[in-house]
Amino acid sequence: MIEVLLALVVAALVSPLVARARGVAPFVLATAPAYGCFRFVRMIVGLDPMPEWRRPWVEPLGVELALRVDGLSALFAVLILGIGTLIVIYGGRYLAQHRDLGRFYALLFTFMASMLGLVLADDAITLFVFWEGTSLSSYLLIGFDHEERSARVAARKALLVTGTGGLALLGGFVLLHHMTGTWALSAWIDGANAIAAHPLSTWALALVLLGALTKSAQFPFHFWLPAAMAGPTPVSAYLHSATMVKAGVFLLARLSPLWSGSAPWTYTLVAVGSATMLLSAWSALRFSDLKSVLAYTTTMALGLLVLLLGFGDEASVVAAMTYLVVHALYKGALFMVAGSVDHGAHTRDLDALSGLGRTMKITTAAAVLACASMAGLPPFLGFVGKEVAYEANLGAGALGFVALAVGVVANAALVAGAYVVGVRPFFGAPSDAAKHAHDDVLLAAPPVVLAALGLVAGLMPAWLDGPVGGAAGAILAGAPDVHLSLWHGLTPALGASLGTYALGGGVAFLAVRLRHSSAFATWVRPFTELPPQVFERALLSMVRIADRITDAIYVGKLRRYVMVVLGAAVVGLVVSTSTHDALVWPGFDGIHVHEAALLILLVVSSTVAAFAEPAMRAIIAVGISGYCVAIVYLLFGAPDVAMTQFAIETLTVILVVLTLLHLPDLAFERPRPYSAARDFVISAGVGTMVSALLLSNLAGPLPARISEWYLQHSVPDAHGRNVVNVILVDFRGFDTWGEITVLTIAGLGVFALLRRRARTNEVRRSS
Amino acid sequence: MYSILLRTMARLLMPLILLFSVFVFLRGHHDPGGGFVGGLVAAAGLVLWIVSGDAREARARFPVSPTQLAAFGLGCAAIAAVLPALLGEPMLRSLWFHLPLPGGGHYDIGTTTLFDLGVYFVVVGTVLLFVFTLELQPSRLKEDD
Repeated sequence: MIEVLLALVVAALVSPLVARARGVAPFVLATAPAYGCFRFVRMIVGLDPMPEWRRPWVEPLGVELALRVDGLSALFAVLILGIGTLIVIYGGRYLAQHRDLGRFYALLFTFMASMLGLVLADDAITLFVFWEGTSLSSYLLIGFDHEERSARVAARKALLVTGTGGLALLGGFVLLHHMTGTWALSAWIDGANAIAAHPLSTWALALVLLGALTKSAQFPFHFWLPAAMAGPTPVSAYLHSATMVKAGVFLLARLSPLWSGSAPWTYTLVAVGSATMLLSAWSALRFSDLKSVLAYTTTMALGLLVLLLGFGDEASVVAAMTYLVVHALYKGALFMVAGSVDHGAHTRDLDALSGLGRTMKITTAAAVLACASMAGLPPFLGFVGKEVAYEANLGAGALGFVALAVGVVANAALVAGAYVVGVRPFFGAPSDAAKHAHDDVLLAAPPVVLAALGLVAGLMPAWLDGPVGGAAGAILAGAPDVHLSLWHGLTPALGASLGTYALGGGVAFLAVRLRHSSAFATWVRPFTELPPQVFERALLSMVRIADRITDAIYVGKLRRYVMVVLGAAVVGLVVSTSTHDALVWPGFDGIHVHEAALLILLVVSSTVAAFAEPAMRAIIAVGISGYCVAIVYLLFGAPDVAMTQFAIETLTVILVVLTLLHLPDLAFERPRPYSAARDFVISAGVGTMVSALLLSNLAGPLPARISEWYLQHSVPDAHGRNVVNVILVDFRGFDTWGEITVLTIAGLGVFALLRRRARTNEVRRSS
Repeated sequence: MYSILLRTMARLLMPLILLFSVFVFLRGHHDPGGGFVGGLVAAAGLVLWIVSGDAREARARFPVSPTQLAAFGLGCAAIAAVLPALLGEPMLRSLWFHLPLPGGGHYDIGTTTLFDLGVYFVVVGTVLLFVFTLELQPSRLKEDD
């Protein structure tokens, strides 16, 4: 298991090099996921045990790198790696001429490793890291053609929506950790009752749902998925239909033992799932872009999965796991068909496509097979999947009947959608685009493989009993008795299916007219247009608010900043000291003559500094007062500080003088009375407050504990008698390390600023 | 601000001040001094030398750039910080070596000394960076003469 993950990481690392050999690279690279797929198939059929792997990661927080295979993760792993193998071959051909094929592979394998890690994780933080890994690699893959503005916008949209969900998910995980004291998912599930009884449980549920539903593109967050079609088609086929968008569904499945059956869980998921299903399926008919139609039917399928997990009874969970396989097979195939059509006929516009069957025979075969499964026709696996879903709805009480009605209406639109993407473009009189179209074996064969699997599995659905049963068993904590079959007898579910076909046939008949009907466009607009508009507005207003706050705070005047900082300090000090009676007058025990002389010099030089007219005189006065302070330090037993003060004072004077030489000759404008008074109040306030505080400190006994500790430990622990220096370089070495880093950065900042000024001056002079 | 007196004195004083700064740095662990003050003293000596003469010439005669000095300092500090971690101790834990001196005495040298040396060079480098950038500016005054 861990070796499969490592193989994918290695593939990601070496792929930029391997991809230079364009012809063989896809096949070489495909061995990694193919091998992984083989390993997980062996686990599912019981030839290998299902392993568990744990390593401590952040021990103080109890975080582990933990991976564990069970029926659910094994089923997902097989889908990820199996479809991944095909996508690696398909994508290599699809992007064969692209100069960044290496980058594509690196990102694709990064995604694959993240997705695999996500489904295998048995530690919430491990899962979260992989979860974010899928969001990030998805962002980079959607924006693969980063020179296109539309691709960048779509990528950002996907990242913001799924990233926000990811943050919510992290919050949910933290709450769950708070309730249980562990990050292990298996331990959470074992303690499900305790979690359900905890008062914070609903909050955790809300946050986890937010994470899962954004990731799986559920209403009202569905809009990022159709936009993500800006990515290359292999990416759409893989990430945005077969795998990544199922991460949310996976998470719901994984954590369903915690909340399944509770009212918030059931009602939220059933409502969101139904809404997404119904609205997506019908909205799909509104688009003429092949990929857009497929994107909306994808959110429809995800809605169905969410709805089924919302019910959470045995039949529904089995149906969800069955439909998961069904959808991965037909939708992966259809996206690859879309890419093949785009590649062969140079358009994806459904209005411009018909009669492709003559020129693109293999692609047509894949399209027809996949669409039959999508429409739920027997003997395809789609039929089996739809039947078990209907049956599960029938057994789920009153809410189930509502779901059944929604399902029939949505599936009718899906039948029409299947007709629109899988039949109309390929039959009839060839359009101009179709006449010059051609098949490419490497683009047409992978979808045929997936679609044919849908047919084979439909004919022999018992093959899936094991994998689906295992996955459902991992969710339900039991071993459900799964018997998938094509013929269920004359059941109500079959009746519902027949109703679906009848309704779907009618809709299919009207499909082209619906696509061009402006009334229909108006109906679906609240679903297709409104949420993204709200999102864009929110984004824009957020930027605008940030701008305003920045404008208000960042005025760009140093004087203003100093005024605010010092003023706030004075106000804060006055308030806090006056309420606590903190200011005390210390005793006064005389003053020596030399001390008095120093004091006078200090006061005089400071006053001169404040009122001196030419800048140079003020600077010299500041220097003198600084030296006086240094002497004060020296007199009262702080030689280290005094030394530093002398050195700093000297350098400051030199630097300020050097700076003044470069300043324009402003000749010291006399400040206006108002600002002079204001400055006086602020500086007098600061001076008074600081003096008062220092005096009060002197009045009480200083807490001796800290300095004594340093005095005791300085020589034995740090081999130094100079405690001040020992503190600087040893006891508080980390602080010093940060300080010298900041110092260097400040130096580089000055360097960069002045250099830029010098350069603009040069440009000005030369022009 | 050219002055032959200042220039001659600066040339004489600069090596002495640098030597003094090394002294300040080395005694820092037991007596007042240390990397920060040492660095400031060294920087003051160098600045005196730079501003007393031609900054352009001074920069040309300076073997390394101020940025390199600061980077070297940060590197020393980083090594002193990380080295203990590589040896299985907590980061920044000081490791000590007992260095016998000729004539019977000894000097304790440890990773904190290296850390302090880093502080010294960062201070010198940053101050020189300020001064050189300011001095090498095409300034108002220099255009006039």
